[in-house]
Amino acid sequence: MTNNFLFEPDLDAKTIHIVREFNAPIEKVWRAWTEADLIEKWIAPKPWIAQTKIMNFTVGGIWLYAMVSPEGEKHWSRFEFTAIEHVSSFSSTNMFSDEDGNTADGAPKSQTETKFTSIEGNRTKVDVLKTFTDAATIKMFAERGFKEGTIMGYNQLDELLASENN
Amino acid sequence: MDIRRDIYQAIADPTRRAILVLLTLGAMTPNAIAVHFGSSRQAVSKHIQILAECGAVEQDQRGREIFYKLNINKMKEIDHWMEAFRKLWEIRFDQLDNLLNDL
Repeated sequence: MTNNFLFEPDLDAKTIHIVREFNAPIEKVWRAWTEADLIEKWIAPKPWIAQTKIMNFTVGGIWLYAMVSPEGEKHWSRFEFTAIEHVSSFSSTNMFSDEDGNTADGAPKSQTETKFTSIEGNRTKVDVLKTFTDAATIKMFAERGFKEGTIMGYNQLDELLASENN
Repeated sequence: MDIRRDIYQAIADPTRRAILVLLTLGAMTPNAIAVHFGSSRQAVSKHIQILAECGAVEQDQRGREIFYKLNINKMKEIDHWMEAFRKLWEIRFDQLDNLLNDL
């Protein structure tokens, strides 16, 4: 079964367009993207974990959370919700922050628009458009992803292979 | 003024990106590069200087002329970070598939 994954950086437009289909109805997928306890279960690449400090999913509200490494190192981020259309789309401004949600002047910032489309009632397409203030900002977000992405490496692969055998 | 340059400053400007694309065709002198752009030679020289400081291009002295060529390894850094970012999202989505199965 194809999930039609697309990851398309456009440095001229300073955007990254990410598309993916999921084998679940739109209401479930929406919950998994908008309820903190559910987001935490997939947003951090193992063995990193995500921990929420504040989640207020309303326009003007924030999600303040940390990516926590196995050594306990915490990277805080703050999402501010700028638009919400229930079970259809939401937009946020994403920034790195400290544990109180404070952001430094000129800190890297991106805008994210996430859209949900039902496919034949039992599948869902999610369409994410990230817009960065400049090319250097893309680098910062990518570096952060790199840092969190490298550590998982082999033990995640082991786990995956183990579960394939069951 | 001491400004730390990296490969992302090289690609942050549309003229510099155009110069990099031009250099994929082969090494060129600053004059040969400048004829492709509407801006002054001075402006193009400034861009080439930044590209050199970022490590995106290298000088190649041929007789009395200086040619500029792409530093392919440096340019690969961009792909490298971007690939890691892509991988991160792939992993997230696989984890989300699992979560949705259990939900």
